[in-house]
Amino acid sequence: MNDSLILRTSAPLLLWLSIAVSVFVLLRGHNAPGGGFLGGLMGAGGVLLYAIARGRVAAIRFLRLPPVAYCGIGLLAALASGLPGLLGEAPYLTHLWAFPAGLPLGTTILFDLGVYLVVLGTITAMFLALVGD
Amino acid sequence: MEILFAIAIGTVVTASVYLFLSRDLLRGLLGFILFGTAVNLAILLAGRVGPMRPPLVDAAVLGAGAANPLPQALILTAIVIGFGLTAFALILTLTAHREFGTTSVEELAEAETPKVPANTAAAATRREAA
Amino acid sequence: MTAQLLLVAPLLAPLLGAALTALLWRRPAVQRPISLAATVLLLGAAVGLLAHTASHGTLVGAMGAWPAPFGIVLVVDVFSAIMLVITGVMAVAVALYAMGPGAAERDRAGFHPLFQGLLLGVAGAFATGDLFNLYVWFEVMLIASFGLLVLDRTREQIDGGLRYVLLNLVGTTFFLLAVGLLLGLTGTLNMADLARLAPDVDNQGALAAAAMLLLVAFGAKAAVFPLFNWLPAAYHTASMPVAAIFAALLTKVGVYAIIRVFTLIFAHDAAFFGPILAVVAMATMVTGVFGAAAHYDVRRILSFHIISQIGYMLVGVALMTPLAIAGSILYVIHHIVVKANLFLIAGAIRQAGGSFALARLGGLWVTRPLLGLLFLVPALSLAGMPPLSGFWGKLAVVRASLEAQSWVLAAVALAVGVLTLFSMIKIWNEAFWKAAPAGPPPAPPTRSQRLATFTPIVALAAITVTIGLWTEPFLALSFQAADGLLDRQAYIAAVLGPEAAR
Repeated sequence: MNDSLILRTSAPLLLWLSIAVSVFVLLRGHNAPGGGFLGGLMGAGGVLLYAIARGRVAAIRFLRLPPVAYCGIGLLAALASGLPGLLGEAPYLTHLWAFPAGLPLGTTILFDLGVYLVVLGTITAMFLALVGD
Repeated sequence: MEILFAIAIGTVVTASVYLFLSRDLLRGLLGFILFGTAVNLAILLAGRVGPMRPPLVDAAVLGAGAANPLPQALILTAIVIGFGLTAFALILTLTAHREFGTTSVEELAEAETPKVPANTAAAATRREAA
Repeated sequence: MTAQLLLVAPLLAPLLGAALTALLWRRPAVQRPISLAATVLLLGAAVGLLAHTASHGTLVGAMGAWPAPFGIVLVVDVFSAIMLVITGVMAVAVALYAMGPGAAERDRAGFHPLFQGLLLGVAGAFATGDLFNLYVWFEVMLIASFGLLVLDRTREQIDGGLRYVLLNLVGTTFFLLAVGLLLGLTGTLNMADLARLAPDVDNQGALAAAAMLLLVAFGAKAAVFPLFNWLPAAYHTASMPVAAIFAALLTKVGVYAIIRVFTLIFAHDAAFFGPILAVVAMATMVTGVFGAAAHYDVRRILSFHIISQIGYMLVGVALMTPLAIAGSILYVIHHIVVKANLFLIAGAIRQAGGSFALARLGGLWVTRPLLGLLFLVPALSLAGMPPLSGFWGKLAVVRASLEAQSWVLAAVALAVGVLTLFSMIKIWNEAFWKAAPAGPPPAPPTRSQRLATFTPIVALAAITVTIGLWTEPFLALSFQAADGLLDRQAYIAAVLGPEAAR
């Protein structure tokens, strides 16, 4: 990788920044443009930048789990988000809503979180395979 | 407008077919990407001219000039899937380049008629190298 | 609730399996039991679904409670349920077999998450009632199969994998083009809605073009003539469990899609498509069987026989009579079991004789008589010997051709059966009967590995014999599925409500 001091130093900052923005986009997707897919892409962008600056091994260490495991968690979350609807005679993936103190909470956020993690894991896994060592 | 679209689609398909005919894998892959783009344009065109009713929302509420979101949703899904497939094919091509030093279809195909029972020999050397 | 849960259970089982095995990416030993449990769950759910649809009729679920023409629906009729059950049977057999020799390297390369992903794609394709959703399941299946195909990263696998990738990418893009065309013509992609609107489309020429594009896309998937080249180039490079699950399911998803689309959406134009499909079916049978005759590697011979057998499965949709379609369905059931078993046995031959090349094999009848007997069951069944399962499938197909007065079709089907027997006898003579070649035999596998290898082989052979000797229930089920396919109005009514049907 190109050894740029500026990039190396700012990479962790940019990584956390992009993750913060990606979470914001994930939550914003509730009723405005955004959502799990976009958020996941942004989060993955941060990780990729980190991998370019500090190398593949550092990026894997930052993630702690192998990228594919993120897909696994995401799939589980998305799968689980569809189940509560089944309890009330409704078809699979029928989402339920609750309004504690006016805050709209639905099982959709769990689904979106799943999408976020799957996208993050997939993009990172693909890119790290392309980067080499 | 439709004629312009049709000509654009035709041009992109021509370019992609030209790239398909190349013996280099990377060019073939680029050809596929172009082909996918042409098909996405075709979906957009097909969605506009058809006798469409706006799904779910009443036409009166939407007002005139509202676009049908269905083709766009389809194209978005197709782009995402195409992206995944292209990335995978790219990784494969890169693996071929790294391990065998070629991305030419013909040179790779020489592996087709192995002198030794390839599965055992090749797998064994690979395991030793790893 | 139970019916809706039952409907999605065949999808949830492999999805859960994929999620958990991906989560445990670095613990291959733990992935194995999870993977096997998920396949057993899939089989159980599919059997329950078949029992439900056979007695209560087509089961429909609008995902996310979005109503039918707008949202994505899952529609499982008897035909879909049969395909899901056979998927479950194959999944369990291959998950067991994959615990045999070579399991450690395979599992480290990520076999189980990809395997579950493949099953998810296949089950989704069988269960969906939406054309675009079918495209998505195709792609899920495709990505998983790419990964499985290049599991060992050998040169020939990369080469075969790249051919498979590029051809299938083009095939699915054709699918997408057809989807766009149909959307433009009818404004819907729900299969039942398409079937309702298709006869009234003004531009029937454009509709036929879309149908032909779909035939190309599904035909490339099913490896019919002339789009079969990728199959023998790719299948013989894969590791044996992968080749077995590919041989069992991948091409059959293409066959399923052809049968579904041409009996449902384009049925009003059957007089036009029938002859085209008949010619394609015959050409597929003949090229496949001649290709097999020319080869001397067990895996390549078996790969070419997949192609040849696909032809028989298309006869039903070419003739469009209840007997022909029932025959095709019976043939699909029989073929999946038999062909996967032959690939599993090829792996066992390799374990016993150290090679797939017929020239390097020999004398196995002396050292492994049990393997020889187990080979004969699916081999003779594939060739259509009574009283095994293949005989009944071929009988139904040939008889339907005769009733439809398609003498050529019947003659080709019979001749190809004889040539199939020739190929099977070739493997028998070379691998089992001739004297063993010089050289030390390979190291015998351990006891538990042998158990993992032979349990699925024996079980699948038992299924073949059962279908052969006790055909009645299987044939009755095939007829029920065929009647369901031919009764389009019932399908439309089940999905869109009774007032939509005419």
